[in-house]
Amino acid sequence: MAPIRLKDIAGKTEKFARGHRLCPGCGAAITVRQVMLAVGDRPVVVATATGCMEIGTSLFPHTSWRVPWIHTNFPNAASTISGVEAMYRAKRKKGEVSKKIKFIAFGGDGGTYDIGFQALSGAAERGHDFVYICLNNEGYMNTGGQRSSATPMGADTTTSPSGKVLPGKIQWRKDMVRVMAEHGIYAAQACPSKWMDLMRKVEKALEIDGPAYIDVLIPCPTGWKGDPSQSLVTVQKAVDACYWPLYEIEGYKIKLNYKPKEKIPITEWFRSQGRFQHLLKPEYKDLVAKIQAEVDRRWERLLKDAGEA
Amino acid sequence: MRTLTGNEAIAEAMRQVNPDVIAAYPITPSTPVVEKFAKFVADGVVDTELVTTESEHSAMSACVGAAAAGGRVMTATGAVGLAFMFEVIYVASSFRLPIVVAIANRALNAPLNIHGDHSDTMAARDSGWIQLYSENPQECYDNIIQAVKIAEHPKVRTPVMVCFDGFQTSHMIENLYVEPDEVVKRFIGEYKPIYPLLDYEHPVTYGAWDRPDYLMEHKRSQVEGLYAALEVINDVGKEYEKLTGRRYGLIEAYKLEDAELGIVVMSATASTVKDVVNKLREQGVKAGLLRIRAFRPFPASEVAKNLASLKSVAVLDRSWTGGAIGGPLFHEVCSALYNLDTHPKVVNYIYGIGGRDVYPEHIEGVYQDLSKIAKTGRIERLLGYLNLRE
Ligand SMILES: Cc1ncc(C[n+]2csc(CCOP(=O)(O)OP(=O)(O)O)c2C)c(N)n1
Ligand code: SF4
Repeated sequence: MAPIRLKDIAGKTEKFARGHRLCPGCGAAITVRQVMLAVGDRPVVVATATGCMEIGTSLFPHTSWRVPWIHTNFPNAASTISGVEAMYRAKRKKGEVSKKIKFIAFGGDGGTYDIGFQALSGAAERGHDFVYICLNNEGYMNTGGQRSSATPMGADTTTSPSGKVLPGKIQWRKDMVRVMAEHGIYAAQACPSKWMDLMRKVEKALEIDGPAYIDVLIPCPTGWKGDPSQSLVTVQKAVDACYWPLYEIEGYKIKLNYKPKEKIPITEWFRSQGRFQHLLKPEYKDLVAKIQAEVDRRWERLLKDAGEA
Repeated sequence: MRTLTGNEAIAEAMRQVNPDVIAAYPITPSTPVVEKFAKFVADGVVDTELVTTESEHSAMSACVGAAAAGGRVMTATGAVGLAFMFEVIYVASSFRLPIVVAIANRALNAPLNIHGDHSDTMAARDSGWIQLYSENPQECYDNIIQAVKIAEHPKVRTPVMVCFDGFQTSHMIENLYVEPDEVVKRFIGEYKPIYPLLDYEHPVTYGAWDRPDYLMEHKRSQVEGLYAALEVINDVGKEYEKLTGRRYGLIEAYKLEDAELGIVVMSATASTVKDVVNKLREQGVKAGLLRIRAFRPFPASEVAKNLASLKSVAVLDRSWTGGAIGGPLFHEVCSALYNLDTHPKVVNYIYGIGGRDVYPEHIEGVYQDLSKIAKTGRIERLLGYLNLRE
């Protein structure tokens, strides 16, 4: 597989058209654009779960999709694409379709970690040939920024607000990449600020014969209460704090894709967004230390598992 | 002639249809449909891609994805399985996808009950699907084949539920006619999908979102498919009769021409009612039966035409309807009759909930009540229950 080059993708007709209705600085839009560019000239069918991406790109009678696209419900991007892919296999068997077609499903973290998890796990177990991409903004943003099982500890959300006795979300987030990798499939963690890495992972996942999962941390200036012009700078802080390491798992083997020159403290990631502002107050010193310790523990484990420690 | 259960008859029809994709999840009492079909797949006698999902929600989602991709799609379910599919059921009909689903009717929890009643499909009656109710294994078989043709008709393009009574019909063994494979193949013909997702050179968007400025128009246009089905169901039935000698329409009128007392019912209980009608006719009682085969679309004008001249009518509902004044079939029949200049007195009975038996003597009791109403012109009890401990 030749590496992706900017000059190859610049000037291509984009399969994700301009004119969507996502917020300014929305990382979902940036990511889907990168994903669809990585698809290149491959014939592809896309399914999307209910959420910001679907709402922002399919307001009847308009569509942002220059590829066949289907949205059915919130919990079932994976099972919907399973059906599409099964029909493709049936038609290939009968010789009614000859060209290779690729299948991609997009879901938010809610549609992936929570309500869509069963469908995703089932589809992965059945071995459908599709790439599932989680547009992970760490909350249910389309319904107003509620907590999900991807929301990190301490985050202030509309259903885990920080208050007099609670600091925001009181649970750790689910480690979905590890969970999906345990299905024995290709699973990767990516970020749109490292676009080359993300696009390479998409390409790789598309070439794999079988299920693949990519979890992308996408900045959400609205839900995170951040500066829309700094979206990618913000999200890169998660990577440099080793809160969101870039890595991939293939055949249960872990490979680290990026090691920050200098690991920045988690508070720098917190400082960039409104949802963490309360944590910077002195009374949350202990909680911040606890979160930092957990970030360190997960990072050390990753280094060890990747043979880098 | 073959000796088959209702479930086996359906699996046999599915084998002959040879759909491109079946996505399914087991639930009693329709489980044997998919088990039998899985064996066909394992033996290589069908080309179907069998997607054994992790839930009914995913089964229906995969059916929708597969049908939108552009091919023939089927599944089987019932009861809580259908309930678990619910949000995707609406997507299937709104996309106008010709999916065929076999439903062994079963009660809904709680308490858990695996036996037959119509509460499951009645809960889905307004989802925009066509609903055909089968009297016996023969009709299960015949309905699956006709359903393919009805669902795919260019004017209809609407999914179909083929309903049959859990255990009573699903597990009842009957001698029935199975047509030669070639005959079925010719009858259903080739399927030509419109706007298939797999046609990547002509990309389409399925499942956009509507603001208040469009949804009413979309729903209004969707219902046209259901209205068109009224004629198509009859036409397909006639064509099927030419081929097989077995006749099917929206309704079945049994000894109604000169009847004074009538029962309206769906599915297997119609057979019991027919026996009772025969017996009463020998005694000179002018009894008749109207069996509803198509509950959706509801054949209101045929119902009105066949019942208008009767003196009294009892509608038998096999579903539990929380808080309503009678069951859904009762409401439909009353609506069909209300604006006629003259119409019979109509009463309602709930029966067979959770598999409760109904014997000929219960049906005879209903006709006795009808006879009283016909004589006095007075309804003493609008809603009754058959074979209930009170
Ligand atoms: C069964 C069901 N429950 C709830 C909803 C309401 N709902 C729509 S989008 C959404 C949240 C989406 O969050 P996520 O998947 O994280 O995507 P995001 O909008 O953040 O991109 C919810 C709760 C729904 N559409 N369907
Ligand atoms: S709320 Fe967040 S995820 Fe949704 S469109 Fe706006 S920025 Fe994007």
